[in-house]
Amino acid sequence: MLCWRYCADLERINMLREITIGQYYPVDSVLHRMDPRTKLFGTMVYIVSLFLADNVWGYAAAAVFLAVVIRLSRVPVSFMVRGLKAILFLLLISVSFNLFLTDGEELFRIWVLRVTKEGVRMAGFMAVRLIFLVMGSSVMTLTTTPNQLTDGLEKSLGFLKKIKVPVHEMAMIMSIALRFIPILVEETDKIMKAQMARGADFESGGLVQKAKSMVPLLVPLFISAFRRATDLAMAMEARCYHGGEGRTKMKPLRYAGRDYAAYLTYAAYMGVMAAVRVVF
Amino acid sequence: MAIKVENLTFIYNQGTALEQKALDDVSFEIPDGQFVGLIGHTGSGKSTLIQHLNGLVKPTGGKILYNGEDICGEGYNLRQLRSKVGLVFQYPEHQLFEVDVISDVCYGPRNLGLSEEEVHARAEDALRLVGMKEKYWDQSPFELSGGQKRRVAIAGVLAMNPEVLILDEPTAGLDPRGRDEILDQIEMLHKERGMTTILVSHSMEDMARYADRLLVMNHGKKAFDGTPKEVFRHYKELEQMGLAAPQVTYVVHALRERGLEIDEDITTVEEARDALLAVLRRPGKDQHA
Ligand SMILES: Nc1ncnc2c1ncn2[C@@H]1O[C@H](COP(=O)(O)OP(=O)(O)OP(=O)(O)O)[C@@H](O)[C@H]1O
Ligand SMILES: [Mg+2]
Repeated sequence: MLCWRYCADLERINMLREITIGQYYPVDSVLHRMDPRTKLFGTMVYIVSLFLADNVWGYAAAAVFLAVVIRLSRVPVSFMVRGLKAILFLLLISVSFNLFLTDGEELFRIWVLRVTKEGVRMAGFMAVRLIFLVMGSSVMTLTTTPNQLTDGLEKSLGFLKKIKVPVHEMAMIMSIALRFIPILVEETDKIMKAQMARGADFESGGLVQKAKSMVPLLVPLFISAFRRATDLAMAMEARCYHGGEGRTKMKPLRYAGRDYAAYLTYAAYMGVMAAVRVVF
Repeated sequence: MAIKVENLTFIYNQGTALEQKALDDVSFEIPDGQFVGLIGHTGSGKSTLIQHLNGLVKPTGGKILYNGEDICGEGYNLRQLRSKVGLVFQYPEHQLFEVDVISDVCYGPRNLGLSEEEVHARAEDALRLVGMKEKYWDQSPFELSGGQKRRVAIAGVLAMNPEVLILDEPTAGLDPRGRDEILDQIEMLHKERGMTTILVSHSMEDMARYADRLLVMNHGKKAFDGTPKEVFRHYKELEQMGLAAPQVTYVVHALRERGLEIDEDITTVEEARDALLAVLRRPGKDQHA
């Protein structure tokens, strides 16, 4: 086994770890303490506002809003930017489509591709919109643990229970899944190491060989997952879990002053965005 | 000069919010054939340290040399290293996967590319070494008891004929007899094959009894390094690290405080018995009685 392959093994383990941590960035800030519903709603408001903006001033207002929010979250900007890597491809495609396929006053030509003034404008706005969109939603996922997020969703979508949507059950499934992902990732890491210590090689060989080499990893993983699932089910039963009916929460979501302040800010922000659109 | 660790530092999740320094500038050298005990409070970095020794984790800083060669060097054959430095993890559940015990033990030697006869011969040897009776060989490893699983896991690594055997808390969750049996077998292997052995354990009694040398980890740093007697002399500092000396050492110290002239470096019950008998048989014992 050459060195690069050894690095690849580790790289894979690290990648798994990245999923574990999810996105959450654990510091204490106003945004971290805010009710997840407020943040969910805020993200939606922000996304809508981005589609409302149709000129430079609108985007400037959105930029200021985003900058202030990022500042308040106390999460390093580099973490927000990290999320952009995932959409780089999408960004490139949409920018080039807008750049080359928009009709209007021609600026210059490269071979058969015409670049127009309108195209440049559209492409620029498109890029900014996408970037802000991703960064805006990153703020939410970076400041909210997956469990808080599920809680927030359950409560916000509670009205759907009236039309017999099993909101509680879905939220429970989601939070258990979220709870289990890091555990299983840790477990995978340990099993991989234990088998690598016995000379396992998860990399080389053809497809069949590779699939075969996964058996020593998957068997212990499944066994452990099933064991954990039964244990959890028993622990839940032992504590009288019987679905969402009449269940109360230890930490019920409750709006605080900062949440009301946030909603007021949203209203003001939307007001500004609407005004900018009308005035300019 | 089998294993040499130089200024080893390791940080988990480097570059993220969850950065965690698990090892901090650790250096030591383990000569061939030594029986080293590794102790330290929970989370002190023991498991992280031993995973470095067979290249499962890449150091953030520092070097690890095996027989003088840098194991992180370009083109170093890590699979070969892992067959020489056998590592038994804490939980056998992490490695048992085959339909029966014997096939599971065959997995390691087979990965070495040996002939099928050689693989079986080694697996059978290893199973006998750890005291697994033949009637269990065709059973599913998942139907065994905790102690038996652990034996099979140890056999799975022994079957690769390692030069160095590292065991991460091999006795956790075993009954006293099972614990003694496994440790005695490890000691026998160590003596018969001259195998370098590194044992992680939370039992100070076991350490005093089996180890030639103790390495003490505290918050990722090496705190003490010496023979068990030397290390347990610092029992007050050990206590501050959440560790302790063996129970008998406390008894011996208490006896000394009462004026009994007994060697303070006693760490095992056998030594204490002999020393006490010697003291009590000496003329003039009445003054202490
Ligand atoms: N996979 C991991 N990801 C992040 N941090 C980890 C990981 N594994 C261990 N750590 C951290 O590294 C430090 C050292 O852990 P390690 O497992 O080496 O301790 P240990 O001495 O083996 O403890 P124990 O006696 O409980 O087995 C701990 O603070 C732990 O929280
Ligand atoms: Mg450990």
